[in-house]
Amino acid sequence: MENQTGWPDQLFDVLKGADIRQVGYVPDAGHARLIARCKADNDIRDVVLSTEEEGVALAAGAWLGGQRAALLMQSSGVGNCINMLSLINTCRFPFLTFITMRGEWAEFNPWQVPMSQATEPVLTAMGVKVYRVTEAEEVADTAQAAADLAFGGDMAVAVLLSQKMIGRKVWK
Amino acid sequence: MMLERRKAIATLMANRPKDLFVVPGLGSCTYDMASLGEKDSDFYLWGAMGGAAMIGLGLALARPKLKVAVITGDGEMLMGMGALATIGVQRPANLAVVVFDNRRYGETGMQASHTEHGVDLVGVARACGIARTFDVQDQAGLEALSGELAALKETLFARVRIAADDPPRVLPSKDGVELKLRFRRAVAAAG
Repeated sequence: MENQTGWPDQLFDVLKGADIRQVGYVPDAGHARLIARCKADNDIRDVVLSTEEEGVALAAGAWLGGQRAALLMQSSGVGNCINMLSLINTCRFPFLTFITMRGEWAEFNPWQVPMSQATEPVLTAMGVKVYRVTEAEEVADTAQAAADLAFGGDMAVAVLLSQKMIGRKVWK
Repeated sequence: MMLERRKAIATLMANRPKDLFVVPGLGSCTYDMASLGEKDSDFYLWGAMGGAAMIGLGLALARPKLKVAVITGDGEMLMGMGALATIGVQRPANLAVVVFDNRRYGETGMQASHTEHGVDLVGVARACGIARTFDVQDQAGLEALSGELAALKETLFARVRIAADDPPRVLPSKDGVELKLRFRRAVAAAG
């Protein structure tokens, strides 16, 4: 998946343009290219996590120190973050996450489906603004809009990257 | 005689340098830090259980010239034990994680935690790649740890065995936005 082209590189450019300096992630096929780009960049600290909620707390700590962070995960990871999002919500930390969707289109694994269906309601319930992207051409613009809202408005913002887009454009 | 938590925190912070920022875990450790006087340089947690060490990591990575001490309880550390693995990979030189271990969940009625049953957090930290560890049992060890924090230069993990006492609560602000803004100002002022 690290030979992905197109939207992951555009997403990387948005992260760079937004001066993201810490990127937390749990290894993910859909984000493989973006993670590889982050790891290769000397100005981005890539932080491999043992569970996604660590990345929520990491982002809060980064902001306390004056840096911007982003969290890369797949939809199943959102469930692991729920209570930790209280930290973001209560302290009004800016928070930016990019979520590759599983369990919503051409999914072979039914175990991915429940959290997939719960992803947006859970994020919304915890005060995270949700943007959805279904076409590769929308990724850069939506990601930029999300970064602007997160760091311009001290808001929590998630961009959901549809499985249909990832599958059709990338998973050959 | 087993260490009392309020005396322990006072000893630990006795030589606190100006560039040491503290993230106390929710419950007793937040009250312990507040008992020394509420400070802008302390990010008092009232929730986010399991997240204290990771907040410390994000802060330490963002500000390598500052020193960061996470001071939290055994229950809070157990909930986010994977963070020790994550910290073991990053190993920022300016991060210390100190666990006040009374082997109890103080906030909910002093129920036994895993450490009461023998789970060894120092062993976990070492196994995660944090080489500089301390298992503090007495006043002399505490004073040595205080010196380590003041001159922090390598990722450090310490377990401080404390008595399961229950001193009066000292409550800092619980307004998360206020805590965040004043902490950020203090960080910016420290350079």
